[in-house]
Amino acid sequence: MNEISITHILFVSTALFFIGMYGLFTRRNMITMLMAIELILNSVNINFVAFNKYLYPDKLDGVFFAIFVITIAAAEAALAIAIIINLYRSHDSIDVEDASELKY
Amino acid sequence: MGIDFLILMKQEWAIITILFILLFIKVGSKNWTNENILTLVNILMLLNVIAGFFGNKDGILFNEMFKTNHLIVTEKNILSLGTFIIALQSSSWLKNNKHILEFYILLLSTLLGMFFMISAGNLLMFFLGLELSSIPLGALANFDLEKRKSSEAAFKFIISSAFSSGLLLFGISLIYGTTGTLTLSALAERLDGSPLQIFAFILLISGFGFKISAVPFHLWTADVYEGSPVTVTSYFSVISKSSVLFVFLTVLYTVFKPYAVTWYNILFILSVLTMIIGNLFAIRQNNLKRFLAFSSVAQVGFILIGITGATQAGSASVVYFVLIYTFSNLGAFGVISLVSALAGKENIQDYKAFYKNNPMLSWVLAISLFSLAGIPPTAGFFGKFFLLMAGAGQGNYLLITIAALNMVVSLYYYLKVVKAIFMDSNENPIKKLTIPVSPKLALFICTTGIVLTGLISYVYKYIFSVSIGF
Repeated sequence: MNEISITHILFVSTALFFIGMYGLFTRRNMITMLMAIELILNSVNINFVAFNKYLYPDKLDGVFFAIFVITIAAAEAALAIAIIINLYRSHDSIDVEDASELKY
Repeated sequence: MGIDFLILMKQEWAIITILFILLFIKVGSKNWTNENILTLVNILMLLNVIAGFFGNKDGILFNEMFKTNHLIVTEKNILSLGTFIIALQSSSWLKNNKHILEFYILLLSTLLGMFFMISAGNLLMFFLGLELSSIPLGALANFDLEKRKSSEAAFKFIISSAFSSGLLLFGISLIYGTTGTLTLSALAERLDGSPLQIFAFILLISGFGFKISAVPFHLWTADVYEGSPVTVTSYFSVISKSSVLFVFLTVLYTVFKPYAVTWYNILFILSVLTMIIGNLFAIRQNNLKRFLAFSSVAQVGFILIGITGATQAGSASVVYFVLIYTFSNLGAFGVISLVSALAGKENIQDYKAFYKNNPMLSWVLAISLFSLAGIPPTAGFFGKFFLLMAGAGQGNYLLITIAALNMVVSLYYYLKVVKAIFMDSNENPIKKLTIPVSPKLALFICTTGIVLTGLISYVYKYIFSVSIGF
């Protein structure tokens, strides 16, 4: 059976990265924006694991980095959701267009 | 290992100790009043600053995860001095706040993150330090829980910082893929200039650009600065920004040495854009916090010129300027936070005829603004002078000319505030404010720093002697 080449995996991760970026810039719901950021961070994880397995299998640097990225992403999401809840209390909405008092 | 483990990481251990003391007070049964907590925290921070000056030595720990030398220790001392000044200034705002302990715990966690980030010898450690320093900052920006602006600012901050971390991480992952190592010292030898690596490098620069708010990555800065509580704003604009600048400097000078030509051109464009756009937007601002936000964007442009110098003088001038910038910006923010906490006013119009009732505060604010603008007797002049000298060493006089012209523009809007304070008439100016002891001490430290750092040549000589370059 042929092994999947690294190019395919890198294609997936790069696509995921740009999908996340696109989602962040077009979506207007705060929770969805947060999900877009998780996509970006997960594309990084795929990159790290793929590079580690295919190119440098003798050391586990990449896998460890991926584990730490997952942890940090969880912390970031927790704080962001706490802020969104607090913002919902004062704005009664989680649409970014409604949080636009600070301008120019 | 052994005793080295304690000595080399002494600044981190000091912060961790203070954090644990505060946590024990938090969970303990004894009820502390806010005054007692403020006194305790200020004394602990002062001890931390003093302890930073003794028993320093160079070394590496944990398989190059953690490295330290005299330059890094100096940078950490500047940061902890700045945090001490901010802790002093925040007292009038926090006196009646029931979450006072959480404020200091979050503040010191970010400081700890910055220390680990500056000392990082490995990209993993760098990333963890960066996140430890930026995630609690989001919580700090939202510290005025019931204010609408505060939560909006916090949301903007957390999204843009998460996005910039994403860019940075993608860059790091590609660099790992092309070189196979995460250790900074090994990285420098293995960079070969392949297209993938250049792409990774550009992603890294954009990630850093977000954190230091260089144009075109500055869009979050003004909103976050205006919405956050004033104390947190001053922390954002001085401590958080300068810590990332220090790392940026070391990473460019040591790791990306093979790419010197590439990053010189990138920094050239970034600094020109940053100076011009920061200045033009600062002119039209009405809110003083927003005004200082754009002025700090413009200052980053000048710092980038110093970084392009790429010599020992380059890194020395950046560290020296950051020290002066800490004093001058914290002086200005100290006055603004006092007025905001005691009189509730933040607009430039409210400051008209401020001199009539508050001559001392007016002078402190005026001296700080003069120093930010770079007028000779103050230290700001010497800081900017060394930055431009270092940049001129590369022989690109176009950049220096643009910088000099921008300094003239910046003089206009700094003097506009000074004019409002001293010359404009106002029917009901801000009443006479009674200043508590600790903010008074903070303003005293800032003013002394602004006057003396420029005149005592030992400071620059010392920073120059420990600096790096190539």
